[in-house]
Amino acid sequence: MIDESLKSELQKQGVFVVSTEWLYNWGRKSSIWPLQFGLACCAIEMIAAAAARYDLARFGAEVFRATPRQADLMIVAGTVTKKMAPQVVRLFNQMPEPKYVIAMGACAISGGPFKDGYNVLKGVDRYIPVDVHIPGCPPRPEALLHAIITLQEKIAGQHIDRTRWYDAEAKTEFPIPVCSEHDLLPAANPEVWQPPKDYRDVTNEESVKKL
Amino acid sequence: MIPTSEQLCAAVPGVVIEIVPSTLAAAQPAMLVDREHLVAVARYLKNEPSCQFEFCSCVTGVDYLAKGFIEVVYHLYSVALKHGPVILKVRAPRELDQCHVPSLTPVWRGCEFQEREVFDLYGVKFDGHPDLRRILMWNEFTDHPMRKDYVPPADYEWEPTPHDEVLKRAKADGGIMPPSALATEVKK
Repeated sequence: MIDESLKSELQKQGVFVVSTEWLYNWGRKSSIWPLQFGLACCAIEMIAAAAARYDLARFGAEVFRATPRQADLMIVAGTVTKKMAPQVVRLFNQMPEPKYVIAMGACAISGGPFKDGYNVLKGVDRYIPVDVHIPGCPPRPEALLHAIITLQEKIAGQHIDRTRWYDAEAKTEFPIPVCSEHDLLPAANPEVWQPPKDYRDVTNEESVKKL
Repeated sequence: MIPTSEQLCAAVPGVVIEIVPSTLAAAQPAMLVDREHLVAVARYLKNEPSCQFEFCSCVTGVDYLAKGFIEVVYHLYSVALKHGPVILKVRAPRELDQCHVPSLTPVWRGCEFQEREVFDLYGVKFDGHPDLRRILMWNEFTDHPMRKDYVPPADYEWEPTPHDEVLKRAKADGGIMPPSALATEVKK
């Protein structure tokens, strides 16, 4: 490790000394290319965030890619219907590592106002791992900017030697749910999503007894 | 001009027409036509020079579970003569194998997608429809979710804030929920 005062002294002379990891993460976090698709009204806010007033380009994330092969980030902006869910998972599978997901808005994180309906997925995190959830219906563009910055912080905190995607055994494909006669099968991917642990360990009968 | 039922009976021999009064504030009565003469009535309404209802703005279904029939409702307007709507209704039994009505897509091309939607959500088969398949739900789906007796899939496995109907469903499905939700139930 380089001495901080020496580093500061060198910086004054125009010499920047950083670790490879810092440089690697700095490059990644400053050029997060999102996949270009929107599912509902949240997409309008996403477009607003990318346009001149909110200007996502300030954070290096303005290059919306029309193919998953070139994208780093999937912004799930809107209601994921059960008919659309297999396509969303398939697109995510087609993205190269390292890849991230932002679930934008009430529908993407939980089903939102359509949660009790027959046709809407109760949160996209049932099938793909979500890095940042943004609440709101729809969230304002500032909220999306905040999510991008949160994701940048997450990327900056990752370590090259411990990243998942350089592991040969790493799981990069997620099972695509099947549209069956009554519902999507399976209803959730248990490797990605489980009910919160605090409640899972106690059955409903036991918690009633405790009360 | 919106034709009277006498005029329609004269134009389409054998038609059975019932005027259904509206219970809503808009108070627009509807015209209930028997299935056999629906297409003839529709053609008359479209082609008769004094009617010219050339625009079918809405097709929808209503499920009367207790009465045992499904109603298909058409809203017709005339752009040329600036009048309307005429509300055309037709009824079919709820049983899936008998739930057939004649399609009005040959009369108004704009009915195509809307009749597909009624087929998808209510299970009404439109005889004579050029391309009757599901439009909103996936092709493998076998239910008709807007029917009153539709049972949604048992996917209430995790309910963070259940109450009322959702609480009942979550309990029936063996759903996991926070103790606080159960506490309100115990207090009641």
